[in-house]
Amino acid sequence: MLSYILKRVLATVPVMIIVAVFVFLLLRLTPGDPAAILAGDAATPAQLERIRDRLGLNDPLHIQFFTWVFQMLKGDLGTSLISNTDVGGMIVSRLGPTINIALMTIVISVALAVPMGVIAAWRHRTWVDFAVMSFSVLGFSIPVFVIGYIFIQIFAIELRWFPVQGYTAPSAGLWDFFSQAILPSLTLATIYVALIARMTRASMLEVLGEDYIRTARAKGVRENVVLFRHALRNAAVPILTIIGTGFALLISGVVVTESVFNIPGIGRLTVDAILARDYPVIQAMILLTAGIYVLVNLIIDVSYSFFDPRIRY
Amino acid sequence: MQFRSGDFSDAKRVLKIRQLKVGLCDNPEAEKVLKGIDLDIRSGESHCLVGESGSGKSVTSLAIMGLLPPGALEIQGGLIQVGDTEITTASQSQMRKLRARRISMIFQEPMTALNPVLRVGDQIEEVLRMHTDLSSSEVTERTLQIMRDVHLPDVERMHGAFPHQLSGGQRQRIMIAMALVLDPDLLIADEPTTALDVTTQKQILKLISEMQERHGTAVLFITHDMGVVAEIADTVSVMREGTIVEKAPIRTLLTEPEKDYTRKLLAAVPNLKPREARADKGRDPVLRIDRLGMTYGGGGFFRKSEGVRAADAVSFTIAPGRTLGIVGESGSGKSTVARCIMRLIDPTDGSINVAGTEIAHLSRRKLQPWRRHFQIVFQDPYRSLNPRWTVGRSLCEGPVNFGTPRAQAMTRAAELMEIVGLPRDALDRYPHQFSGGQRQRIAIARAVAMEPDVLVADEAVSALDVSVQAQVLDLLDEIQDRFGIAVLFITHDLRVAAQICDDVLVMQNGKIVEHGPAARVLGHPDHDYTRSLIDAAPGRAWDFANFRPHDAAATT
Repeated sequence: MLSYILKRVLATVPVMIIVAVFVFLLLRLTPGDPAAILAGDAATPAQLERIRDRLGLNDPLHIQFFTWVFQMLKGDLGTSLISNTDVGGMIVSRLGPTINIALMTIVISVALAVPMGVIAAWRHRTWVDFAVMSFSVLGFSIPVFVIGYIFIQIFAIELRWFPVQGYTAPSAGLWDFFSQAILPSLTLATIYVALIARMTRASMLEVLGEDYIRTARAKGVRENVVLFRHALRNAAVPILTIIGTGFALLISGVVVTESVFNIPGIGRLTVDAILARDYPVIQAMILLTAGIYVLVNLIIDVSYSFFDPRIRY
Repeated sequence: MQFRSGDFSDAKRVLKIRQLKVGLCDNPEAEKVLKGIDLDIRSGESHCLVGESGSGKSVTSLAIMGLLPPGALEIQGGLIQVGDTEITTASQSQMRKLRARRISMIFQEPMTALNPVLRVGDQIEEVLRMHTDLSSSEVTERTLQIMRDVHLPDVERMHGAFPHQLSGGQRQRIMIAMALVLDPDLLIADEPTTALDVTTQKQILKLISEMQERHGTAVLFITHDMGVVAEIADTVSVMREGTIVEKAPIRTLLTEPEKDYTRKLLAAVPNLKPREARADKGRDPVLRIDRLGMTYGGGGFFRKSEGVRAADAVSFTIAPGRTLGIVGESGSGKSTVARCIMRLIDPTDGSINVAGTEIAHLSRRKLQPWRRHFQIVFQDPYRSLNPRWTVGRSLCEGPVNFGTPRAQAMTRAAELMEIVGLPRDALDRYPHQFSGGQRQRIAIARAVAMEPDVLVADEAVSALDVSVQAQVLDLLDEIQDRFGIAVLFITHDLRVAAQICDDVLVMQNGKIVEHGPAARVLGHPDHDYTRSLIDAAPGRAWDFANFRPHDAAATT
């Protein structure tokens, strides 16, 4: 098991190298002078030379690459061209809101979707199943911002249960955090509930047809035990996969929701950086996103063996 | 032959079924799946329900358990009494209390009937936790005791094992322990030994009898295997198309069956006595295997592992028109040999010579032109044909790959349909429109369409009912006569081997233990292992087709 984790961690190295090379070349291979792109149209030759010098663009390509990688490994992600602040610091300050909202979204989604999927599979082809499936289709099809505005209208403006927008860190007040995070989390959760419920239902339908489910019933086991103890664990692998991928997507930023609820998260940071051609930030974001996907996939793969003892590495 | 045939007329009646009708939920007018059956089982009695697939045996057992698939099948008349309790009208929670306590059930596939993610000890304990108020330590104590009762070794350790860590026989013992831990009045055993090797089957049958005698349990035993029936039954009910056509004590049924259908069923049981070998025409072998070896595994990222020697120094030859049978239990390496010859896996050493060409170590690309010389028919006709392709397309694919024009391949396919006894229009239909036996005919036609020199049949009739089995074996014989194909017939069933093989090769743990003419190997085996296989064949002392025991000389 430990050797498997070690193997998987080692296997992430080439992936990250490829991503790093790509990110590095992104700036260098863009047609035209990177310094000119960075400086904008109104730059003077002196300004261009200063930028070239600062980015080390006068060195040979491979020297530039190794200098850059070395800096990255030291934790120095560069300096934003726009705000002139440390990129690492910018990302860390934006990561908190995004991770907290992502966690809350996933917890809400799993808590709702898994029981929904299980019950839909159990009551296959009844009105319960039909209701769950209809909700799934609806959750997929309505755009996120529409859902966000509907929630704001109902819960913030009409009922006045929660504030309209904003974000407070949990350390600055747990209730404030919760009351502000609940609407964006619910908004994001609709699509994940739809996705996870569908996957749970499909996976459960397959497992419920297995012989050992019949055995469990023949033993006189209560139906809830059949569903949650005997069936759900066997159905877990595809459900886990989708939860993990969903979580990675959430962390790499959800622009629309962050915009609707005015949350200072990673998604908006990325979009702002792209619009402003703030290359150091873009580069760091790509690396971070790749890293998160690799890590989440590793965690998913290792967690399979926790649910299914036949999976041993 | 020793039969059980006890007299139970004074014993307590455990199960009473009267005019039980089961039909489709959404269509009460359709023909019923069970058309009004009567059944009585008394304490200590072993009642066998025999019949071909689709005769309603399993539906009967599921109806008794209240486990008919909801939304598909339902009870539409009659009554089922377990002891004094009428269960056709019982609620789900009442049924749940009956299960495991009064009636319990074991299933065919021990591989899939246990939950793969739960420890086997916990799966037995669950029954006790659901149905009793025993304390935690008492539950564990009872569980370990029943595991010892079913003769599992090292029960403390096995208690914490997962199903995939146990052998098929051990899993079935766990199932039996689970079914009997609450000492039920009735045990329903649905083909409990069909998926097991003969020697394991013998042990499990013995275990069921032993537990039955110890606890006075009534057993409803469902099987299609007449050999097993002869070993275990007191009373037999023969089922056909949802009715019980004949019911009699075992000896009466085997010696003087009243109904034609029963006679037909018994006559189809292949005889253990080998057939006469066909005359050896002295032709040169078309398949020569020399010191074939296959080691699985080995290697490994951090440390070298041993690897499993699945085939070791296997040598034999087959001449055109001859049939060689490889028999042995699961894990003996017989399927490994078949797959090596087909080059579905790459042998680690040795040589395979087909029609004069050495193929054991050819690269995939160089092998391709030789593929048409050797073809295979697999065990499961339900999974070996592409369900989305018409039969015609499946049949033509091979020849077209080798350059035959499609029209010509189609004409040939139509001829083959007639040879295997199917209508020509079968070519336009899909596999699901055929029965198991018909699909196996299609699979054979597909193999023969390539005009091979060697045909490998890997357990090709094991999934079929005996009557269908006999027909498919006849077909193989006929095709062999007609095209002079050499057949390598892999089977675990000695009865089938005795009927079709000229020569027999017995394998154990990857090695050949005995090889010779079928009549000699199966009639007068030299090796202890061969003898133990023959001894374990159920009902071997009875000549089913002639309704009498074998004479002593012919069986040993």
